[in-house]
Amino acid sequence: MLNFLRLLTFVFALAVPASAQQADAPIQKVLQEHGDIISKSSRRTIGPAIDALADSGLPAAREVLNRWQAKQMWRNEETGLFVFAEEVDRDTLRLFDVADGTEIGTAPDDGYDQLKPNSGIRGMIGAALVRFQLTDPDPAMRLQALETIARDAEAAHLQTLRRAIEAEQDPEIAAAMDRLERLLTIQFAEDDAERITAIESFAGDLGVDVRATLNPLVRTRLETADAAPDTDDVARVLSPGSDALPREDAYDLLVSADLAKPRISREDKRAALVANLENGAVAGVQVATLDTETARDMAYAALARQGKVEPVATEAEIDATLDKFVFFERYIAAPPAVAMAAASALKSIENKVAVNQGLDLGLDALSLASIYFLAAIGLAITFGVMRVINMAHGEFIMMGAYTGYVVQQIVPDYTLSIIIALPLAFVVTFGAGVAMERLVIRWLYHRPLETLLATFGISIALQQIAKNIFGTQARPLTSPDWLDGSLILNDIVSISYIRIAIFVLALLFLGLILLVMNRTRLGLEVRAVTQNPRMAASMGINPDRINMLTFGFGSGIAGIAGVAIGLYAKVTSEMGADYIVQSFMTVVVGGVGNIWGTLLGATLVGTLQKGIEFLNPSNTLAAQTYMILFIILFIQFRPRGIIALKGRAAEA
Amino acid sequence: MSETSLTSGQTRTPLALRFPSVLVFLAMLALFTLGVTILSEGFGIGVISTSFVKTLGKTLCLCLVALAMDLVWGYCGILSLGHMAFFGLGGYAIGMWLMYERTRLIVVDSLAASELPPTAQEISDGIATQIFGVVGASEFPPVWAFAHSLPIQLAFVVLIPGLLAFVFGWLAFRSRVTGVYLSILTQAMTLALSLYLFQNDSGLRGNNGLSGLQNLPGLDAVPQATVSLWFFWGSAFALGAGYLLCAWIVSGKFGSVIRAIRDDEARVRFLGYPVEAFKLFIFTLTAVIAGIAGALYYPQAGIINPTEIAPIASIYLAVWVAIGGRGRLYGAVIGAAFVSLLSTWFTGGQAPDINLGFYTIQWVNWWTVLLGLSFVAVTLFAPKGIGGLVDIIADRTSPNRHGADLGPDPGALREKEADK
Amino acid sequence: MSTLLEVSGVSVSFDGFKAINNLSFQIGAQELRAVIGPNGAGKTTFMDIITSKTRPDEGRISYGDKGLSLLSMSESRIAQAGIGRKFQRPTVFEDQSVADNLMMALRKARGPLRVLMFRPTPADHDRIAELAGEIGLSGMLHRKSGELSHGQKQWLEIGMLLAQEPRLLLVDEPAAGMTPAEREHTTDILREAARTRAVVVVEHDMEFVRRLGCKVTVLHEGSVLAEGSIDHVTKNEKVIDVYLGR
Repeated sequence: MLNFLRLLTFVFALAVPASAQQADAPIQKVLQEHGDIISKSSRRTIGPAIDALADSGLPAAREVLNRWQAKQMWRNEETGLFVFAEEVDRDTLRLFDVADGTEIGTAPDDGYDQLKPNSGIRGMIGAALVRFQLTDPDPAMRLQALETIARDAEAAHLQTLRRAIEAEQDPEIAAAMDRLERLLTIQFAEDDAERITAIESFAGDLGVDVRATLNPLVRTRLETADAAPDTDDVARVLSPGSDALPREDAYDLLVSADLAKPRISREDKRAALVANLENGAVAGVQVATLDTETARDMAYAALARQGKVEPVATEAEIDATLDKFVFFERYIAAPPAVAMAAASALKSIENKVAVNQGLDLGLDALSLASIYFLAAIGLAITFGVMRVINMAHGEFIMMGAYTGYVVQQIVPDYTLSIIIALPLAFVVTFGAGVAMERLVIRWLYHRPLETLLATFGISIALQQIAKNIFGTQARPLTSPDWLDGSLILNDIVSISYIRIAIFVLALLFLGLILLVMNRTRLGLEVRAVTQNPRMAASMGINPDRINMLTFGFGSGIAGIAGVAIGLYAKVTSEMGADYIVQSFMTVVVGGVGNIWGTLLGATLVGTLQKGIEFLNPSNTLAAQTYMILFIILFIQFRPRGIIALKGRAAEA
Repeated sequence: MSETSLTSGQTRTPLALRFPSVLVFLAMLALFTLGVTILSEGFGIGVISTSFVKTLGKTLCLCLVALAMDLVWGYCGILSLGHMAFFGLGGYAIGMWLMYERTRLIVVDSLAASELPPTAQEISDGIATQIFGVVGASEFPPVWAFAHSLPIQLAFVVLIPGLLAFVFGWLAFRSRVTGVYLSILTQAMTLALSLYLFQNDSGLRGNNGLSGLQNLPGLDAVPQATVSLWFFWGSAFALGAGYLLCAWIVSGKFGSVIRAIRDDEARVRFLGYPVEAFKLFIFTLTAVIAGIAGALYYPQAGIINPTEIAPIASIYLAVWVAIGGRGRLYGAVIGAAFVSLLSTWFTGGQAPDINLGFYTIQWVNWWTVLLGLSFVAVTLFAPKGIGGLVDIIADRTSPNRHGADLGPDPGALREKEADK
Repeated sequence: MSTLLEVSGVSVSFDGFKAINNLSFQIGAQELRAVIGPNGAGKTTFMDIITSKTRPDEGRISYGDKGLSLLSMSESRIAQAGIGRKFQRPTVFEDQSVADNLMMALRKARGPLRVLMFRPTPADHDRIAELAGEIGLSGMLHRKSGELSHGQKQWLEIGMLLAQEPRLLLVDEPAAGMTPAEREHTTDILREAARTRAVVVVEHDMEFVRRLGCKVTVLHEGSVLAEGSIDHVTKNEKVIDVYLGR
């Protein structure tokens, strides 16, 4: 049965003879012209064949190249004609015409040779193919081709690309092509002047691809010689024992170049001594005396004299040897002129990167400042306006954040839940603030230290209650989708939408508070009570009510700040404690009793913290430490803050 | 302590006779020490376990630091939220020596078995690897330069807290930072210090802190039951000496002046006293006392880490003193002993849980809430704390010292504004 | 008569409001002077400036034989240099006994270590008993000063001032809240004190000032309006304008 089938196939194959192939199709002719070198498949000689195909201008050329690259082109051993073929099974091929891809039929594979281009040739074919893509009528295709090249650049692409640029109509794609062309020029052009021009054209460019292209060019190798060579490919001269060149590394380089005796590590020396221990002595030196490095050196030297170990350099010898040589780095990846051009271009890019990082840092600082402002503004009201220290303020922030969390458990839609959570958090913490004022604080007016302590007690209790209810692990407060992601200005500067939202929220609060304090009856009464409660009372203002409302208002704002901070960070029972000291710092630095002062204070504290973090990025703890120290010093010079009340008013 | 009578004709009467409470306190402390010794495992009949002796010894140290807190806050009016940081620094100073020396003995011991006698460098490397392995370092940070020397580290127990307090106090008092501002500033200092110590590259093992401090180097043969009593005696002695010192300070004119500073700082200035110098003296002295207390405490606790220095610890210290009754030395001692022992009892899980049917109050979780709220209650309703009970028993009343404002009275300000 | 204190061209303003405006003032070493003026004339601020509680924006103050400039000195240094001040409201240390209050005020070394080592001598106790007699608080030495009446607190404060033995006494409304008999006593004490030192009394009560029988300086809007005997200034047109607001 199997034999029969095979026979049948054979007969069928014969029945559809290869003669149906268009032996005189133009593409076949081109192929035949270079038939031998194509069959030979050698990277060194194949070039003209690929070029001939690519330059033939034949519509079929692209498909031929594609199939060839995919190892789907076969050659009839007998006629020398090229066909496309798919393997039907192990022995049988389905054949297609190279001219138009029509199916010719099936044939046993005995009569055909598969063309198996090696990876080098495939690359060259690929480069030729890219040209077709680069001239593809579909712009998307062209852009894709550019991406392909950028990802996997080769020397061959350069020529192709240059040709494509001339034909390109779309200015955007033309610009992209030009940029890529310059990048390729830097990498592959033969002429140094050309490369340098291309490098210089990128000065100050922030693209990651530029840096990726330039960086390999400035690669150096550490070398050593008696004197620094006078050639211009020396990148820099290093002195042994510096950070860039540790003493050991320098010496090891000399050793590996056979310019010096080997050195031995302490551990190896020790092992050698132990290995040569005989009757409690090493080379005649008593073991008990070998408790200093000097003694061990001497014992080792004695061993070396006896020929039992290799002689090694002593520390003094190492120093003497190092003194005799200079160490320098030599450009190895590019001619010196190119490397130096690349180095200077990189430098200009670095400068620009630094400027942009500064900008990014500024944005970071601004968003941190708005968080501090939000956290501190409620405190500024209770502390600044009423002179009441509320150490539980941080816990009100926490209550607001947990309110947001609970709302999200009930209302699954994140946008809606935030809209509900903001006012609800205000209500909850307003209530808590009013309750606290009524129950505790009003009994302690004019006893600020006692207020401080009592609110500490409340803070401790609230924190533990939150821990008991919600557990110790952090709870997420998820922001709505439209707040995800960030606004990207360039490769370096970006800011997340959530931070922008917090910034906007902070501005809103600033406006709201200024409005309430300066434009409303409540604000007027608050200011009156602050300045002279007795006089205010005699004018029909109820100071009790005003104090209660002010305290509630300050606490309510803390609640809203809690929701905002919860979106930005995690919600934990300790989150309030994390902000309380910074918030007080913000208020104190800014100047008590002044909303603008709080704004300035938040800006200062935020900028400072980000600035210090930038100087020491690995360590946010250290940044906080130094910031607090700075503030302690700051208070030395401006004890009453940036915006200070003067004269007797400050002492009231 | 408040009824000083300077004009009593006999000025050379011993302190203890002029102030019977000092005598009573010292006698009670001596009796207590004797009692614990008799009941202990180390020297007595073994009714009190070694771990409880340690707890009692630690409590005595806490009483000592509370005494310092009372002096600086209750008498001088500086609500410092940094004294537990000074306490911790004292602990770190002694802990460094304990840890270094013990590790050194272990390393020397293990190296003694090797074929070659160890070099000084090998020993040092071995110790450094042992101590700093947890933070990924193997070299001694500069702060450990004197860790090998017990006398120097003992000097550091008083010098480091003292110096820090002196510099900080000098800066703060000089710029006339007072009241709540000062409290917040001290809290910031404490926070900065604890954050610094939390870093791995602070050189003090980051959040791992120093451990194994209960083992005295070279005294492995002595059982902990005995060591715990040594420290208990040391703590009792320190508390007694500290009490005497504080009582002596507050008894004379100096005590008068600092209480006057507490009540009306500006008025004292107009009497010609350099208020800042007095405050600085008290602040630094109490920091040194706190450092000594810490140096006695942590070898009994066995471990110190930056959490112990965090601001909350200092807040609790203020809570103890407030609950005990500030402005009287025995009040601070009562408060610290009472609250810290109660705290140990509640958080140790010994307190019976309360079943409300729908919810079970587990004291391990709710004790802090109770403490916080009772603190509020004490502040509101019993500003004199537990010590106030003594007044009630002795039927003593005193006027409210928050009487008059300092002139020019605030009214003058309003006159000025009315004129505008 | 030598000049003890000379204030010249002193001005100070709070948020743009000129509390003291180019004020000049002199007082001799043994002189009693009354300073009067309507509310807001700057009487208290004037005292604040002398005692360094408020720093002036401009002007000079020289004190004593050597012409010390008070502007660069701290409050406590000024007090040590011999300037004592009594405030409008009695400010005594209410938590401490009358004796303790007086003991603190006694002219002794003020440094912390000296104070720590200080133990009162019998002479000190005698001095305190003497002062207590002078201010009529002999029987109350061991009472807490917070338990005293308002007038007694005023007396105690005057006693504390005397204990300081100042060369210049600044007294702000000493007679407020006193009975007529107490006022008379106060006048006597002040007149007595002025025999050996300079005394500046700020007072509203014209009767009291008249009884002091000394030179009077009238302040108005931060500067000297008139100076001279009480009869002289009360006849001054400008003073009448200011006081009666014609």
